[in-house]
Amino acid sequence: MSLKETSIPKFCYISNGKIWSNGAVWYADETVPFKQLMKGAYKQGDVNYPKFFKMDRLSKLAFMASEVISQEAPFHEETALVFANRASSLDSDRKHQHSIQHQEAYYPSPAVFVYTLPNICLGEISIRHQLFSENSFFIFDSFKAEAVQPYCNHLIATKKAPAVLCGWVDFDSETEYEAFLYLITNNTISAQAIQQLYKKHHDST
Amino acid sequence: MRKVYLSYHELITAYGMGSQKTVEAIQQEQSGIHQANYFDRHTAPFVSSQIDRAMLEASFQELHPSKEYTRLEKILICSLDTVIKASKLKLNDRVGLIIATTKGNIDVLDTEHPFPKSRAYLTEMARAVSDFFSFTTEPIVLSNACVSGALALAIAKGYIQQQKFDHVFVVAGDLVTPFTVSGFTSFQAMSAQPCKPYSEDRDGITLGEAGACVLVTSDRERTNGTSVELIGEASCNDANHISGPSRTGEGLFRSITKAMRQAEIRTEDLGFISAHGTATVFNDEMESIAFHRAGLSEIPLHSLKGYLGHSLGASSLVETIAGMHSLKKNTLFRSLGFAKLGTSKPLAVIEQTTPKKMQTFLKTASGFGGCNTALVFQQLADES
Repeated sequence: MSLKETSIPKFCYISNGKIWSNGAVWYADETVPFKQLMKGAYKQGDVNYPKFFKMDRLSKLAFMASEVISQEAPFHEETALVFANRASSLDSDRKHQHSIQHQEAYYPSPAVFVYTLPNICLGEISIRHQLFSENSFFIFDSFKAEAVQPYCNHLIATKKAPAVLCGWVDFDSETEYEAFLYLITNNTISAQAIQQLYKKHHDST
Repeated sequence: MRKVYLSYHELITAYGMGSQKTVEAIQQEQSGIHQANYFDRHTAPFVSSQIDRAMLEASFQELHPSKEYTRLEKILICSLDTVIKASKLKLNDRVGLIIATTKGNIDVLDTEHPFPKSRAYLTEMARAVSDFFSFTTEPIVLSNACVSGALALAIAKGYIQQQKFDHVFVVAGDLVTPFTVSGFTSFQAMSAQPCKPYSEDRDGITLGEAGACVLVTSDRERTNGTSVELIGEASCNDANHISGPSRTGEGLFRSITKAMRQAEIRTEDLGFISAHGTATVFNDEMESIAFHRAGLSEIPLHSLKGYLGHSLGASSLVETIAGMHSLKKNTLFRSLGFAKLGTSKPLAVIEQTTPKKMQTFLKTASGFGGCNTALVFQQLADES
């Protein structure tokens, strides 16, 4: 299948202190911790959504990537969310485990525990954009467009969703995080083309 | 598009190894919930439904493993082994594997656990399970809170209809661990007594653990007596709150409506509803509103959480398999733990295990993150 110019999806890539929108750097600050990067991006995008600051780091990453795309192409309320990553919700899992590990310092918190599921970030994005849509969260070793492409095509072909916000949101640690989200509106985009787009950004950071 | 069936299956629960044990216990209205066998000084005594450790170990050793596996991996492997053998399928590139779980090997994060912490990566767990059987396709892990097991069936259908696979083994499992017990306790969501779905005096969930596996296939030749066709499936987010159920039941209502429309059956044709029914005040209330809006208040309904507790990502697959047997036996299974209706909208909660001629059932599930899934299943018509 040939890749038509018009079928290149809107996409956002985030890694190592940089945020790209459709191939151009949208915001960057490579000198600050992740939390500050997100705060800077929040200001840059003029996002007025205080709940953002209560989210865990995986949700912040996913939220910001979807925010950048939505500013280019607002979502239809039935836009499906099909995300994947490697580390699941381990960043929050480790926090919750730490809070129960020692009997003498036992302080489990519902505010942490609620984020110990990777699909919570799908809920955050659904609430933000009022998406009443299909959601699924997959776990793979690395980003592979072809792994979820059949399912995305199925959602569009069976008219379960007019579009799919799809991709990779992985937060393992302060130095190991990456997001690559793209918006599929028809099923003519080849997984290979998506993979190349990802690789170009992944290799350059 | 190709028809998609649920065929050979297996359950591992507090009742024992094998789906027959679980189904018979449910039919005999026996509870699988007991006083929990571990405590720490910060967790009040609680009840749960746990898989017997010695029984699991004995069954697992019969498979002659050559490596070390975690407890959850043993559950997943034992469930899969039965189903793979029954299916007689060669595991080639037309055969997929979907593993549904919320927390996977989360117990290895404990500093006392003998396995390395890296085993908490769900892909490591998936590889261990997949390699045990030498699957040739990459395992697909789905972690979508408490709808994972049901959603995995819808996804398997998608992969089959897109011709990626002809057969998909869907396996689901979750454990009762200090991680989940402490978390739900911090939410004040745990019931001290076995949970009471939809009851006026319900006060929270009972955690359970289970393994479940089913072959999802496009091949009518590989179906058996309890097989069903998946004729409608839909999911919808509530877009409301990450941990609190929607007050209008919006996502569940929309999921049910879409799945029923796809199934092309009338609401009165539904034999029963296998609902989620966690027995928290807000979840069950939300369900009653969604079912009422969907015109299903009079359809017989149960939650099986009163038998086996809430096994998180596995629960909806366990309950789907039990539902297949309910259909085959033409028997409505009682909703254990229910006394007096405690929801604002009416529900036809099944109070006694009773015979009823049936063709179809609806399975629903809802979870944190605002996710909801609805599946409609139909008994296979005789081909002769």
